[in-house]
Formats: sequence, C-alpha cells, structure tokens
Amino acid sequence: MLELKNISFQVAGEKGDDRIEIVRNVSLTIPDEKLIVITGPNGGGKSTLARLIMGIEKPTSGQILYNGEDITELSVTERARRGIGFAFQQPVRFKGIEVFDLIRLATGTKLSVKDACQYLSAVGLCARDYINREVSGSLSGGELKRIEIATVLAKKPQLAVFDEPEAGIDLWSFQNLIEVFEGMRANIQGSSILIISHQERILSIADEIVVIRDGQLALHGPKEEILPTLLGTDSAVPDCKMGTVTKGETAE
Amino acid sequence: MKPLDEIQKRLLSEVAGLHAIPEGAYNIRANGTSAGRASTANIEIIPREDGKGLTIKVKPGTKNESIHIPVVMTQSGLKEVVYNDFYIGEGADVFIVAGCGIDNCGPQDSEHDGIHRFYVGKGAKVRYVEKHYGSGDGRGKRILNPGTEVYQEEDSSVEMEMVQIKGVDDTNRVTKAELAKGARLVVRERLMTHGDQKALSTYTVEMNGEGSSSDVVSRSVARDNSYQKFDAVLTGNAPCTGHTECDAIIMDNGRILAVPGLEANDVDAALVHEAAIGKIAGDQIIKLMTLGLTESEAEEQIVNGFLK
Ligand SMILES: Nc1ncnc2c1ncn2[C@@H]1O[C@H](COP(=O)(O)OP(=O)(O)OP(=O)(O)O)[C@@H](O)[C@H]1O
Ligand SMILES: [Mg+2]
Repeated sequence: MLELKNISFQVAGEKGDDRIEIVRNVSLTIPDEKLIVITGPNGGGKSTLARLIMGIEKPTSGQILYNGEDITELSVTERARRGIGFAFQQPVRFKGIEVFDLIRLATGTKLSVKDACQYLSAVGLCARDYINREVSGSLSGGELKRIEIATVLAKKPQLAVFDEPEAGIDLWSFQNLIEVFEGMRANIQGSSILIISHQERILSIADEIVVIRDGQLALHGPKEEILPTLLGTDSAVPDCKMGTVTKGETAE
Repeated sequence: MKPLDEIQKRLLSEVAGLHAIPEGAYNIRANGTSAGRASTANIEIIPREDGKGLTIKVKPGTKNESIHIPVVMTQSGLKEVVYNDFYIGEGADVFIVAGCGIDNCGPQDSEHDGIHRFYVGKGAKVRYVEKHYGSGDGRGKRILNPGTEVYQEEDSSVEMEMVQIKGVDDTNRVTKAELAKGARLVVRERLMTHGDQKALSTYTVEMNGEGSSSDVVSRSVARDNSYQKFDAVLTGNAPCTGHTECDAIIMDNGRILAVPGLEANDVDAALVHEAAIGKIAGDQIIKLMTLGLTESEAEEQIVNGFLK
C-alpha cells in the first residue's frame, strides 16, 4: 500500500525568485490489489506525481509511506528494490545497450534469451526481431514505448506505475495492451497498479479513478462513480476558451 | 622459441581472443622475440633481418584467411619499436588480428611502438582488429604508440576496429590513409581512459580517387583524471564522401578535446563531421535506477554498452 500525505512540489520559476507549485497538497492512498487510473488535463501534474512516487523528484513538503515505511527520503534505487516499478511517459534512449540487456537488468537475474523474449511477446513485439536491437533512436516511438512497458513487466514490481502507456501505440496493438493490463489485474494478488491515462478503455478497467487538475486532487472514487462524470463533461479545461490561440501563446 | 607463461597466455586471450595456437598464418611476439610463427600456402610471414618486425605477403586472390600477429610483454622496462608491413594482393580477402598486451609489475616503463603499413591491392578486402590492454600494478607505465599507414588501391576496402579499454597509461596513435578511386575505409575506434592516463588519436585520411569514401567513428569514455584528444582530418581531393564522428562521455575529472577537421579540394567532395562530448545523460541513469541498480552500477552498464 502506498500513501501520499499532503504532498506538495514546487520548482523555481523562470525568473528565479518566484516558486511555482506543480503539485499541491495531494493526499492519496493506492490500496493493495487495486488498479488505479489517474487522469486529468495536460499539464495537470500527473507525471510529476508519478516521478515523486518513484523518487525521481523529492516533494517540497509531505510524506510518502510504502507498506507503512516512510520512503520520502529514499533514493530511486531503494524504492525500486522495495518493489516500485515505473514506465516512463517518454522512454529513455541509450547507445549500445540492447533490449535484452535492459530486460535482463530489470529481472535482476541471469536471464536466458528465451525467457526475455516472453516479455516482448507480451507487449506484441516479435521477440526475435527486437531482442538484440539497441534501445536507441533507431527504434520507433511506439516500439520504444512497448519495450519500456516490457521492462516493467519483467521487473514484476509490487507497485507498477505506468505513465501514459498507450501513447504512441497503434490502434491494433492498443487492444493487446488492454489485454496486458487485464492480465495484470487478474493476477494482482499481493501487488497494485497505477496507470496514468487519457483513454476511456483504460479508465474502464480501473477499480478507482483519480482526477488531477492544476496540481490538485480534483476527484477520487470508484470507477462506477467517477467515469460517468468524466464522460459527461464537454471540456477538461472549462475555464479556458478552447479553439483559439491568443497572440503570444503557442498551442501544444 | 620459449613457451608462453600464464600471464602471457592471459594477455593473449585479452588482445587476440586466443586460447590456443590460431589457425592460419600467425606470429606471436613475446618480450621482444617470436614465440611461434606459421605461414600458409597463400600467406607468407617473413621476419625482418634486424628482428624488429615482419613482412607479411598475401597472394592475390587469397580468400577468407586469417592472420594473427599479437604482441605480449611482461618484462618491466622493455622498450621496442616494431615495423610490420602488409602486402595484400589484388582481390584478396583477409582478416587480420593484431593487438598488444602489456603486463608491467615493475618500476620501469614498458613501451611498444608498433608501426603497421598496409599496401592494399586492387579490389582487396581487409578486416583488421587491434586491441590494446594493460595490466599489472607496478609503478612503471604501460605505453603503446601505434602508427598505422594504409595505402589503398582502386576499389579496395579496409575496415579497422581499434579497441583500448583498459590499463594502458599512455598512447599516441597516429593513423594515415590514402585512398585511390572507389576505395573505402571504415574505422571504428573504442577507447576508455582512467586514472591519469593520456590518449591521443590522430587520423589523416586523403581521398584522392573518384568515388572513394571514408567513415571514421570514435566512441570514447574518459574517467578519473584522464585526458584524450581526438583529431581527425579528412581531405577530399576528388569526388568522394567522408564522415567522421567523435562521440564521447566524460566522467569525474576526465577531459576530452575533439578536433575534427575537413578539407575539401574538389567541388564534389561531400564531407561531414560530428562531435558530441558530455556526461552520461541523467535520465539514462535514472531509468536503470528504477530497475534497481545503484547509480554507479547504472553508470557501469551505460559505459559498457556504449563501448560494446
Ligand atoms: N522541472 C520542472 N520545471 C518547471 N515546470 C515543470 C517541471 N516539471 C513539470 N513542470 C510543469 O508542471 C506541470 C505539470 O507537468 P506534468 O508533466 O506533471 O503534467 P501531466 O499531467 O503529466 O501532463 P500530460 O498529460 O501532458 O502528460 C506542467 O505545466 C509542466 O510544464
Ligand atoms: Mg504526463
């Protein structure tokens, strides 16, 4: 079980003196044996929250408890060794490190090529074609994304965090990805899953849904309760005029 | 010819991957003398009269044969300059494994300067692998200064892989090449320096014939207080294509100077250089840490992969 207690995270503003609060006083519990999906508008602070959970960023204030232990000050490595896994929204590229190396490091064992291949097959990649490829810019965005997910599957974390796993994955494979998560959900005993997503299909396999907006926890409850309210709203950012780009601003 | 001792055998496997007497033509040089030599029907290895090197002749049309000429040194204070000349006949296709391993446990510097000259005939193909390795904890330095000259005739192809990953204190590598029409040169250099080591690597490649091409790529890592200089000048004197790249990681107080140079003397010479030096990307370390590696284990994996 992961507990976030009054987590806030600030960064220095561009001018240097002012501080911007990206995550504001978020308290949230990820219970055991549940699949939680976090959603919300772009720039709302979802990835930042995931990075705080993994320890890539440290909160400005607040506390993180994992299975009752205060892990707020623990490093990424220590959290990984306690069972937290994280699939990046934007997978990292390497020079020279091969897909097999990454999967082997994820399992922390002397893995055979055959066993490594099963994780690639699980994310819909023809293992034979990819196992010895470099995890570099020569892979397509979608390929990198699937390999990223495969490394987390291989790690078999007790708490698996996926940041927009569907991004860049084609429609045909999306079904396959849903099956991966359904499979994980079916075998969730002793673990929990946190997925950041904008996809209705992924929201619909959640036990609980969390909405993060403007760095704050806007909604949290069982899927049955939250999902209908999300599908009902016309716009995720109601106080902003949609469809116009004012001079001096750029669209994302 | 003296049999090799255990340290010499270990060096031999490091630099030439040899665990037994190699097949094909070979010469093993240990502490300044030959510890074994064989020629084949197509490849003749002739020792120079002064004892300082070899003349190696490959008959035209020789196919898929290998030549191993590793050097091992275990005697502290030994300094040698060795000249090896390769004459590769027209249309031949050979694989050459050179390399030098020095184990220095003594107080004096050990130095091997190997000058290799390649005369590559029309349409011939050469694959050349050269590994350098140093070990031993003596105060004496392990010094290697390889000089390589490559003269390529029409449509010949030379691929060179130069690796120096460990234990060599001081290196000054000078490589020169001249390419005739249609000749192709590919160089892959991998280098790691640590401690107070110093490594200089200079390439001058002249593309003199139409349609010649060269591709010189160095991947290197400088750790601790080590220093590297990569200096590659490609000259295009005819319609040709040339590419040189230095991709380097610096760690600790390591320093690297990359001086890529291009000279085009023909309007149809297309020359490109790329150079990138920087520390290991932070997100690469973090990714491996999320898999449970410590920061230093992550760095080790990234460096190993980079130099693979
Ligand atoms: N290190 C940083 N310095 C300054 N601003 C930052 C930093 N990290 C994040 N931000 C800002 O914080 C906000 C939240 O970013 P975050 O990546 O967490 O959003 P998100 O909810 O994951 O968005 P998306 O749905 O687009 O992935 C954004 O406005 C972003 O620009
Ligand atoms: Mg995000």
